[in-house]
Amino acid sequence: MADLSINATRDYEPTFGDYVALLKPRVMSLVVFTALVGLVVAPVSLHPFEAACAILFIALGGGASGALNMWYDADIDSVMRRTANRPIPSGRIAPGEALAIGVGLSGLSVVMLALATNIAAGALLAFTIFFYAVVYTMWLKRWTPQNIVIGGAAGAFPPMIGWVAATGSVSIEAVLMFAIIFMWTPPHFWALALFMRSDYDDAGVPMLTVTHGRPATRRHILAYTVLLAPVAIGLALTSVGGPVTLTAAVILNLWFLKGAWGIWKRDEVLAEADGYRSEKKFFKFSLAYLFLHFGALMADAAIRGMV
Amino acid sequence: MTIKATHEIHERRLSRNMGVGLTLVVFVAIVFGLTVVKVTRGDPMQAFDHVTRPEMEAVGQ
Repeated sequence: MADLSINATRDYEPTFGDYVALLKPRVMSLVVFTALVGLVVAPVSLHPFEAACAILFIALGGGASGALNMWYDADIDSVMRRTANRPIPSGRIAPGEALAIGVGLSGLSVVMLALATNIAAGALLAFTIFFYAVVYTMWLKRWTPQNIVIGGAAGAFPPMIGWVAATGSVSIEAVLMFAIIFMWTPPHFWALALFMRSDYDDAGVPMLTVTHGRPATRRHILAYTVLLAPVAIGLALTSVGGPVTLTAAVILNLWFLKGAWGIWKRDEVLAEADGYRSEKKFFKFSLAYLFLHFGALMADAAIRGMV
Repeated sequence: MTIKATHEIHERRLSRNMGVGLTLVVFVAIVFGLTVVKVTRGDPMQAFDHVTRPEMEAVGQ
């Protein structure tokens, strides 16, 4: 007898939660936080409703680029254990639907941000989506082991977009906020790559740990951490900085450098012996580093507001 | 074959339809809210209409 059950009409029937998962909500939380800081520390203040809308549409743009990334990378995601349960490889959302959602939400978020704030902010959001979905995902991710560095740039734009949404232009403060996240991303991810035995290799994605080896990855972590310190301290000396940011920048960077130095001095035998303890600690601290650094900028903005 | 009144697929569709519906309602509220904010603050709502209007130049500067 022919299958007359209701399932036969369509193989997949996504729930609303599947659509939300397509927008990478965990990545969105970082986007929301850093964009909020960029907006709050800017010398021009928006109406609170406009500011909330700006954050929402920046986050939505980030989510849309995540959906485009999942659409393009469905083949890789299905190979890797960590990502095999994402909506597209698990069959919950059809690839075409994900593409439509990604393109649709990209357009909507860019237009709405431009209308809510200004054209420059909308244009910068459009460039960020293009950079993440096309430059990173389609061109460079599968081609170079520096993919993490390039992908980091896409993640570094939100505070700059927040700043531009408030002021209408880019300035040194916005560039330095961008630079902090840009320089922070490689040590953060490469520390993870050292202790997470990943299956990127099976998926054909070049990772520095595989292409150049683990000692080279340790050297890269130290190099980026050294370059990060002057950027972080430099930001504390601009108009958005202050005593809290400067203190936080000095302490956090000394701590981060100490961790990176420790990782550089270790070899694989030592790391395996203690279960990658230093690498795991460094990775956890890197998360705190970014939140505390941007939190310090907020604190200084609050102090300036009170004076 | 018996036809069940509600199938698991109906629940999933309901969740999706409610979610999309609520999202659209929120979007309408946002557009309305933005309009109210911009109009009450007095953002420029008019531009030159083929005829030079010197009084608007002063406003724009």
